[in-house]
Amino acid sequence: MRKIYLSVALALAAIVSAFAQHPVADSLDFKSRKLKVEEVNFVSSYYAQDGHNSAVTGGIGTEKLTDFANTFDIFLSRPDRANRLHRVGFEIGIDHYTSASSDKIDPHTISSASAADTRIYPTISWSRADDQRHYLIGASVSLSREYDYFSKGAGINFSKFSKDNNREFGVRLNTYLDTWKVIYPVELRTIPGGAGTIPNPAATGSKPRNTYNASFSLSQIITTRLQLSFLLDLTYQTGQLGTLYQRVYFQNNSEQVEHLPASRFKLPLGLRASYFAGDRVVVRAFYRYYADNWNLKAHTLELEAPYKLTPFISVSPFYRFYTQTAADYFAGYQQHNLQEQFYTSDYDLSKFNSHFEGLNVRFNAVNGVLGIRKLNTLELRYGHYNRSNGLYSNSLTLAAKFK
Amino acid sequence: MKKLTYTIKSFLILTGSIGLLASCQSVKEYNKMYLNDSEMELAARKSQRPEMNFMQYREGAAGANGGKSGGGCGCN
Repeated sequence: MRKIYLSVALALAAIVSAFAQHPVADSLDFKSRKLKVEEVNFVSSYYAQDGHNSAVTGGIGTEKLTDFANTFDIFLSRPDRANRLHRVGFEIGIDHYTSASSDKIDPHTISSASAADTRIYPTISWSRADDQRHYLIGASVSLSREYDYFSKGAGINFSKFSKDNNREFGVRLNTYLDTWKVIYPVELRTIPGGAGTIPNPAATGSKPRNTYNASFSLSQIITTRLQLSFLLDLTYQTGQLGTLYQRVYFQNNSEQVEHLPASRFKLPLGLRASYFAGDRVVVRAFYRYYADNWNLKAHTLELEAPYKLTPFISVSPFYRFYTQTAADYFAGYQQHNLQEQFYTSDYDLSKFNSHFEGLNVRFNAVNGVLGIRKLNTLELRYGHYNRSNGLYSNSLTLAAKFK
Repeated sequence: MKKLTYTIKSFLILTGSIGLLASCQSVKEYNKMYLNDSEMELAARKSQRPEMNFMQYREGAAGANGGKSGGGCGCN
């Protein structure tokens, strides 16, 4: 009798253990279809710069500017009946900036065009990921409004993953249809005519600026510690590409507003790499080559080395070097001649090098940071930027992710 | 001469890239401990977004970094 009990017990144990190791397919495939909050991000940043090559005053004068930028986004997800994961994102950004040079558009008044201004930019995005067929599709729409600028954006994207999830190819198509309110420097809002001056007809209304962008990316895992990503952005812009409140002073001291071609084709090519060296150090690197049909060429190199003090805290010193050639249409204050078809004294389009260095501190824990259970990641980042033509800036950013 | 240098550079980049991709291991999910670390993400950090935005204004080049390459704001 004891043998029978023992045999039955062993048989039951075998059956139970068999079920424990191989659950039925239904229970494996089941996923809750409840809508859930996947993550919430909040990024707040303060930026301050100064320099002495303001484009508003023709390449001379203060470039003092401050910007207080905040973005908030929330992502919700829910699987459908075919177990494809739908993800919806809502994002809103609000920037408030003050600009000493913009105040020189009309120095006699508190300039409406932006001694201080606020930019608001909401975005809604959707994506659907199919893990069984290894692809993702998505779309987004965005708006951006500031005093003199309004933008409507839309985009679609597609990604295909390899079966082992070691490779990903992505395509993204975006367009921005923008409208720029015409604001001339105060002294150019009238022209000589009749017995005195008449309003300058070019100094009113608004102008369009359209941008079409196709981005391609290829990400590849190389080893258990190294992964790479190649990025190519093809961008074509058309419309009002010059900034109409930026002055240009010619060799004979006459004055016009900046005038640039009505189209621009940009070709940036990037390579990003992440390498886990040892047990505590990660090396993140980024290189970009850029060229456009205004004959501006640039190289960018970024290096960042996160060092893990503990599994949850890392400090990352970073350095970025950037160099660019001047655009064909750039010359400084009183250096353009009147025969030129296009002209600008915007030092952002001049030849220069820049250095950006700083530190990123990151707290990351699944069970919460600083005792706040939902706070998954907290980052504090400081950077100092200086350009070879004298412009410098400091930025401080706080980013929090809730999960 | 300039054309030749460009051709050689392009060839080296292309062959280097193909060689690199050809040497890839097929890494199984259970071997992705390092790759799945949050610091290994192949994208700019969230905390980098504000600086990517100001660089888009302050520099002639933009794009191929996960950010915008033009449009959407009164920048380049």
